[in-house]
Amino acid sequence: MSAVYKARTGRQGVPLIDGVDKVTGRALYTADLDRNGALVGRILRSPVAHAEIVRIDVSKACALDGVAAIVTGADCRFTYGVLPIAMNEYPLARERVRYRGEPVAAVAAIDEETAQRALDLIEIEFKELPAYFESKDARAPDAVLLHDKKPGNIEREVHHDFGDLDAGFAAADLVREHRVTCAEINHAQIEPHACLAEFDPVSGRLTVQDVSQVVYYLHLTLARCLELDEAQIRVIKPFVGGGFGARVEVLNFEIVTALLARAAGGKVFMQLTREETFLTHRARPQTDIALRLGMTKDGRFTACACVVTQRGGAYAGYGVVTILYAGALLQGIYDIPAIKYDGYRVYANLPPCGAMRGHGGVNTRFAFETLVDRMARELGLDPFAVRRANLLQAPMQTMNGLMVQSYGLAECLDAVERASGWKERFGRMPPGKGLGMACSHYVSGSAKPIHFTGEPHAVIHLKLDHDGGVTALTGAADIGQGSSTMVAIAVAETLGVGLDRIRVVSSDTAVTPKDNGAYSSRITFMVGNAAIAAANNLKALLTAAAARTLDAAVEEIVCEGGYFRVGDMGQAALSFKEVVAAALVDEGAISVKGAFTCPVEFQGGKHRGGAVGSTMGFSYAAQVVETSVDDATGQVTVDKVWVALDCGHAINPLAVAGQIEGSVWMGMGQALCEETRYLNGLAAHASFLDYRMPTIVESPQIEAFVVESHDPNGPFGAKEASEGALAGFPPALVSAIGNATGVDLHEIPATPDRLLEAIGKSRLKAAAAARKARAAS
Amino acid sequence: MHGSAKPRKRLVRIEVNGRWCEDAVSDGDLLVDYLRDVAHLTSVKVGCDGGECGACTVLLDGVPVSACLTLVVRCEGRNVETVEGLVKQGRPNRLQQAFHEKLGAQCGFCTPGMIMASEALLRRNPHPSDDEIRAALAGNLCRCTGYVKIIESVRHAAEASA
Repeated sequence: MSAVYKARTGRQGVPLIDGVDKVTGRALYTADLDRNGALVGRILRSPVAHAEIVRIDVSKACALDGVAAIVTGADCRFTYGVLPIAMNEYPLARERVRYRGEPVAAVAAIDEETAQRALDLIEIEFKELPAYFESKDARAPDAVLLHDKKPGNIEREVHHDFGDLDAGFAAADLVREHRVTCAEINHAQIEPHACLAEFDPVSGRLTVQDVSQVVYYLHLTLARCLELDEAQIRVIKPFVGGGFGARVEVLNFEIVTALLARAAGGKVFMQLTREETFLTHRARPQTDIALRLGMTKDGRFTACACVVTQRGGAYAGYGVVTILYAGALLQGIYDIPAIKYDGYRVYANLPPCGAMRGHGGVNTRFAFETLVDRMARELGLDPFAVRRANLLQAPMQTMNGLMVQSYGLAECLDAVERASGWKERFGRMPPGKGLGMACSHYVSGSAKPIHFTGEPHAVIHLKLDHDGGVTALTGAADIGQGSSTMVAIAVAETLGVGLDRIRVVSSDTAVTPKDNGAYSSRITFMVGNAAIAAANNLKALLTAAAARTLDAAVEEIVCEGGYFRVGDMGQAALSFKEVVAAALVDEGAISVKGAFTCPVEFQGGKHRGGAVGSTMGFSYAAQVVETSVDDATGQVTVDKVWVALDCGHAINPLAVAGQIEGSVWMGMGQALCEETRYLNGLAAHASFLDYRMPTIVESPQIEAFVVESHDPNGPFGAKEASEGALAGFPPALVSAIGNATGVDLHEIPATPDRLLEAIGKSRLKAAAAARKARAAS
Repeated sequence: MHGSAKPRKRLVRIEVNGRWCEDAVSDGDLLVDYLRDVAHLTSVKVGCDGGECGACTVLLDGVPVSACLTLVVRCEGRNVETVEGLVKQGRPNRLQQAFHEKLGAQCGFCTPGMIMASEALLRRNPHPSDDEIRAALAGNLCRCTGYVKIIESVRHAAEASA
């Protein structure tokens, strides 16, 4: 049975170990680093959405005083991309541009004005090609192909069929299908992209400080694109002002800055504007979904068929993984006997999409949960009862080979049903007010890494020296989610010492061991386990030293509260520092490591693409949203949210609560108001005024509950906490709007214009039905 | 900008975090660039292309302003405060402490601006309601917290100074 507590009043955690730096202004982000002597880098971007590059002439720009270097596509002949099977992008376009804003050339100059003047002097001749901004146009039979060997501009098709679909639909009492559309959205982290690169022509070494979530990917890609030996490169992550997936993939400006630094033989600083940061995004794609579901009259799911089309943008990026996730995450949350999934990732002449918080699963969850809600209404069933009728029993394996080892969804449902007063209030809300609910889940790290090198999934080094301080070296990128604090807690708790004895050094490829970084909510599960393993290895050395000093057997030594003693009641006790001194005799400073590997049985099904969605532990969430809708203006207000997340065990409850609130709120942005817009490929959303995120004024109280199901493989039983609750918000809100107005929306965000149109259509339909009824009588 | 002659500079005197500074600036220089590049106060963040995000919020004679929309020459003889200036003898003030303890800061990028806007609020209204906190911070965007713990932090700081 899981423990359940309210985040605000339950077990409290600790503030972030780097929190004081953030509130005092001491924390240095990439743009705050010492830029003394650095040249300013700027990028020239394509003004057209699709064209051949006929000619680039940089001679006038080169002749300008103060210009140190100019690079174009000719300076990098290697493609890059996060997936080894789909590297089809150049840091600077070669021969062809495929979206408006694609980098074509770049300048390093003594100051920003000179750099801008140089860009203005670069002459480019384009031969324009037809451009496609919608999936259906790009897929038209006569459409020009964006990439060779990709007929129909389809980057990847997925067809997965599990269980007996026909039998499933035949067994249903009710079968319904609906189509939904989710707009493209953006990570919109508040820190604009920035990079500081320094190349030393004498040593041939390149040092890059950057906003990356995965310094290891950037390290590899720089070596590839600059044709440098990996040993010549160092990548450092300073403080990072938010990621949410935007900075997992290597981004063009990072490679371009390094190319400029090498060409100039020095230091180049590049900060993108907010507009450029919006263009360089890799976020959640515009998605069309057709979903068909079978249900018995008592609410059991019998079959599900789902077709997903994602408008992926001009290059592959993470696309193959996103379209696979969208299908794979139909499983692992409910018991559904048959599932068919058809996915299409489409190329279009827009900035490429990629991974964003809740990667791949969010929009299908919206389609699924809203249809469940509508069918429950039709069958006269309570939405909670329908979810409860389809719960899984852990441990189990899904049809697509995913392992569910711990499952606290039932407790999540109980917590939010009770806290929201659902039983007393649902169906009895005053006019214009509504309640809606939904569930969601997410992986705790992808069990199969992108690069199959045979290495462990995570490695941590611990250094212990004469001062008795333990330094944890990790490549896991703290981007504000508190992962360094999690590492410190895991090490301190395992060693039985206070947090003040632990330092964490993160994400410097010359110092910290390779790590796959901050994505797919992997750090707590994988790096947490590696940290515990490393601390246990250190503890074994210290225990042996204590045993030698106390003349006792190793098994007799008990280590707790910063002391080592013989047996539970032992009189003789050594302080941590005394044991450290003993352990260092004849040895000197100690280094140990700990590693974590996901066993192969967790790495997904054997079918093509079966690795995507595989994980050692799923988080689960349920939430209830209360809303007010003004049917005259179409304005939707979120009054309150109750959310419960099964994160296995909260290693730091304070940080877990922050992640639950932040992820629910990000789901709210997508549901309520966020969307990108392009006019003939020109980004019309690329500022915080045009890309509307909820402000503090529109943001409701979020009452978070933590459910601890104690995963058998998680560190201290923990699973992820940062993404699982996001996907439940959009369907819960849209169901709440339906509850308030009687109108079923099929599009998000639920902006006033969309809602008014839906309300208008629904009234016309009702009026027509009334006329027909009158005529018949 | 495209002329060959550099724009003429003039001396301005500004009290920055309690210390008078005298520097040569151009008429068009923005306070955000002056504070970051000349005074080396990098807590003043640039998050947008002008006036959208609030990350550069500082106090000008106690009033919160966007440093990216303020000319340095307008600050002649006036008092500017940034989040570095709230630290006394190495100790965070009540708001900074509350943002730390209550996790009002996750990635921390919006935090200095958020704290300065909150500081201005608490100086003129020591015990604000949640709606008053929301109104005071309406111009400061945060992408991490959902604002829940930001409101808690400000409320906690107000209670701590009661």
